[in-house]
Amino acid sequence: MTGEKSTGATDLVIESRVLTKEFRRGRSGRRGRTDSVLRAVDSLTVTIRPGEAVGYIGANGAGKSTTIKMITGILKPSTGSVLTCGLDPMRHRRDLARRIGVVFGQRSQLWWDLPLQESLRILGAIHALPPTRWQRRRDQLVERLDLAAFLDRPVRRLSLGERMRGELAAALLHEPELLILDEPTVGLDVLSKERLRVFLREENQGADGGPPRTMLLTTHDMDDVQRLCPRLIVVDTGRCVYDGDHAGLVARVGANRLLVIDLVDPVQELAGALAGLPVAVERTDDAGLRHTITFAPGEVSAGAVLDRVSAVAAIHDLSLSEPDIEEVVRRLYASSA
Amino acid sequence: MGDAHAYRVIMASRLRSQLAYPTSFAFDVVNQLVYGLIEFIELYAVFHNVDSLAGLGWSQALLVMALSRLAFQTGDLFVGHLDQMPAYLRQGTLETFLIRPLPVLAQVITSDISLRRVSRIVLFGGFTALALARLELTWTPAAVVLLLAALLGGSLITAAMFITAGTAQFWLIEGGEAANAFTYGGAYVAQFPAGVLPVGVRVFYTAVLPVTFIGYLPTVTLLGLADPLVPSWFGWLTLPVGLTFLTLSLAAWQFGVRHYQGGGG
Repeated sequence: MTGEKSTGATDLVIESRVLTKEFRRGRSGRRGRTDSVLRAVDSLTVTIRPGEAVGYIGANGAGKSTTIKMITGILKPSTGSVLTCGLDPMRHRRDLARRIGVVFGQRSQLWWDLPLQESLRILGAIHALPPTRWQRRRDQLVERLDLAAFLDRPVRRLSLGERMRGELAAALLHEPELLILDEPTVGLDVLSKERLRVFLREENQGADGGPPRTMLLTTHDMDDVQRLCPRLIVVDTGRCVYDGDHAGLVARVGANRLLVIDLVDPVQELAGALAGLPVAVERTDDAGLRHTITFAPGEVSAGAVLDRVSAVAAIHDLSLSEPDIEEVVRRLYASSA
Repeated sequence: MGDAHAYRVIMASRLRSQLAYPTSFAFDVVNQLVYGLIEFIELYAVFHNVDSLAGLGWSQALLVMALSRLAFQTGDLFVGHLDQMPAYLRQGTLETFLIRPLPVLAQVITSDISLRRVSRIVLFGGFTALALARLELTWTPAAVVLLLAALLGGSLITAAMFITAGTAQFWLIEGGEAANAFTYGGAYVAQFPAGVLPVGVRVFYTAVLPVTFIGYLPTVTLLGLADPLVPSWFGWLTLPVGLTFLTLSLAAWQFGVRHYQGGGG
């Protein structure tokens, strides 16, 4: 596109317009060239505002990494455009690199054979951080990511969880406006994942007195998304099939919440007590102690259901499960196919 | 520029890590020197059997060899690791470079300056000095300028070869071997008096891949030798040829980076 402003008065962190990337997979054989075109990203139009935390999800090969590479200036779009922090990523790659931090879960940007703290020192020089600012920022990250114990160890000898914390420190050292994470929790154990999520949540909300940091996160792990990202963008074979919050996604595919109630005394039938509410109820055991109630979120609250039940029977225990996002996304894929 | 500081920090760190294991470093250095000595012995063995090679005597041929190797090693020191481009692309190292606020080529260059290669520069510098001493030149200012321009130009030609071969990797799959034939093959040809080559081959290695400008042509000019194919002032062209070739290779590199199609993953 011509006439684009190079440095932006725009207040959007990411703004893509019918962004498309095609790969020509040419095979030059003896019989000449046969080209097949793969459209990895197809007419993606999204905007992300400052401070948002967006989960970018989709199956393998859905086009997530390709999108990220176009946003960061690694790949040139085939057609359409994207502005990141108001900049054209291909034309202003170096300026943009000062304002974004990127973590690729499966590749390291640390120096393999050097101690972690040496990597942080080199990155400080690469980003031309003044010594005092570098020192302050480094100390913050060392403390919050708990790096002190392995700062002196060569990166190749770090565990995956330790390395990932190091990668985050590397990506956040220059205090970028936008943090892009490509599969950040892949391969981590439960505890490491949890710590990482807590940290990312704080970053997003503006840790260390800084402004909120915009986050874009691709992942396979629906827990990541559920915990970190109020907004979801779901892509399927390069196309955006959903953009909105969790509740909207659940409503879209019609997934339900599940309330399981254990009663003090057996009741054969709860349907009468719940008459008029948009719920389905089922007795789960023969005795009539356990009942399962399903309902769509947004149509009725769990509280309203409980009020009705407790009017006819004493409740001993209960559990409420939210719709499984993974299941929801699977349904979304099925419906968009 | 602020960037200069970044390169200094990167390089200092790379060099320190190479010296962190002194034994292995010493072994590398010895290894490099042995390779260099073998090249010397190779040429010596030839002259043990013949008195001249394409009209050049032992000391003259030694100058061609030493000069070309010295220039090659100097270029190689800075950009030789571009022969690792297939690995950089496959492992995504290139993408890591692309998300940093420095030019990609400058990052590639500073990522792996290998100190052990300096030993070969010293060795071939020694051979150059030996050849020059045996030739008993009269040192005019013109001769000094010619020699320095040849070294600089030859290094630039070498660098351009590596950059061109590295650029080709953006489009080739598993093209490392082809690239090595281009760079190391070209460097090998550059060691010999060009007169030993068939005319067609020689034209290729002068007009297309200009490696005869690295050692042979400056030697012809410096020593006032006669060559049946080119005028004796051709040796002055090494520096302009190097600058031109380097400019073209840098343009190709820029084009390659901008049209990078991703390393998979």
